[in-house]
Amino acid sequence: MQRHEVKRRRRWRWVTAASLALAVAAVVAGTGEEPARAAARAEEAGARAAFGAAYAVFMHPRCLNCHPAGEQPLQGDDSRPHAQNVQRGRTGNGKYALKCSNCHQTANVAGRHMPPGAPNWHLPPPGMPMVFEGKTAGELCRQFKDPAENGGKTIAGVIHHIEEDPLVLWGWSPGEGRTPPPLSRAEFVAKMKQWADGGAPCPE
Amino acid sequence: MITLQVNGRKYDVDVDPSTPLLWVLRDTLGLTGTKYGCGMAQCGACTVHLEGEAVRSCVTPVSRAAGKKITTIEGLSANLSHPLQRAWIEIDVPQCGYCQSGQIMAAAVLLRENARPTDTDIDDAMAGNICRCGTYPRIRRAIHRAAELLAERGRR
Repeated sequence: MQRHEVKRRRRWRWVTAASLALAVAAVVAGTGEEPARAAARAEEAGARAAFGAAYAVFMHPRCLNCHPAGEQPLQGDDSRPHAQNVQRGRTGNGKYALKCSNCHQTANVAGRHMPPGAPNWHLPPPGMPMVFEGKTAGELCRQFKDPAENGGKTIAGVIHHIEEDPLVLWGWSPGEGRTPPPLSRAEFVAKMKQWADGGAPCPE
Repeated sequence: MITLQVNGRKYDVDVDPSTPLLWVLRDTLGLTGTKYGCGMAQCGACTVHLEGEAVRSCVTPVSRAAGKKITTIEGLSANLSHPLQRAWIEIDVPQCGYCQSGQIMAAAVLLRENARPTDTDIDDAMAGNICRCGTYPRIRRAIHRAAELLAERGRR
């Protein structure tokens, strides 16, 4: 890991701990409420902040490119429309001669500009598009919590998806020429678990 | 040894499992109708059918095709009777011809899934197949013509 990355992560941990402590102190001092209640409020504030941190991952091209607002997947670190006029199609697996797995294998093809790959490469289906592109942290959070918009998942199911789905995990092994998300996989999962354990509160 | 089923025939090939299917088809089996274009799934010249889908054989490891049904341009029909082949000949689509087997294999999937495609459907299906000669207008006409031939065949 590069030195600036280690520093960034240390700084982030410090900021999170400090925010939590400040939140508890502020709540106790400001309202005089019981420490247990104040701690609960601080936990919720921490959980909300954790989602804010994870949001940077969701908005990263490795995640966002396959959660587009339109019917075309995006590609590259600049999230440009996918070459070849590739479309979502009826099932999220592409259309006609341009289905995702026609080019995308179950693993990356080695080399720069070669097709990336993971098992079951696809977009969300049109009936459940799970759009990330253009969503605020609050909007995305509420979408994750709504089974009508998240593919019928519980919060535990959402956590399982981001922790286990090979297509999600691919984001941290994206192949040559593609940057990984801004948090490590472990940090990202930890943030999302903190969010879930703290009652899955959403930013405004 | 990997067993392949190509154009209805079984072949046992002794190749590295990571070898692109394209090179097994061309160099090992001698089926040279499928072309090498870009080698990175960008141009469509290497399109063949794997279990009916129009895969880019230049990036498909042969291990993925083991035991599965593969169709190349040589196997689309026994006697050039596929509506796409008839339309392609009738309209005289190719110029240099290099990309055309890939074009036809891509169009075959389109017609299988949509027997009366619109221009938009053709764009959605065929935008991944590049033609340096620019035969696109004739490709479009030939796909519409093939759809007519298909419909005539259905009426008979």
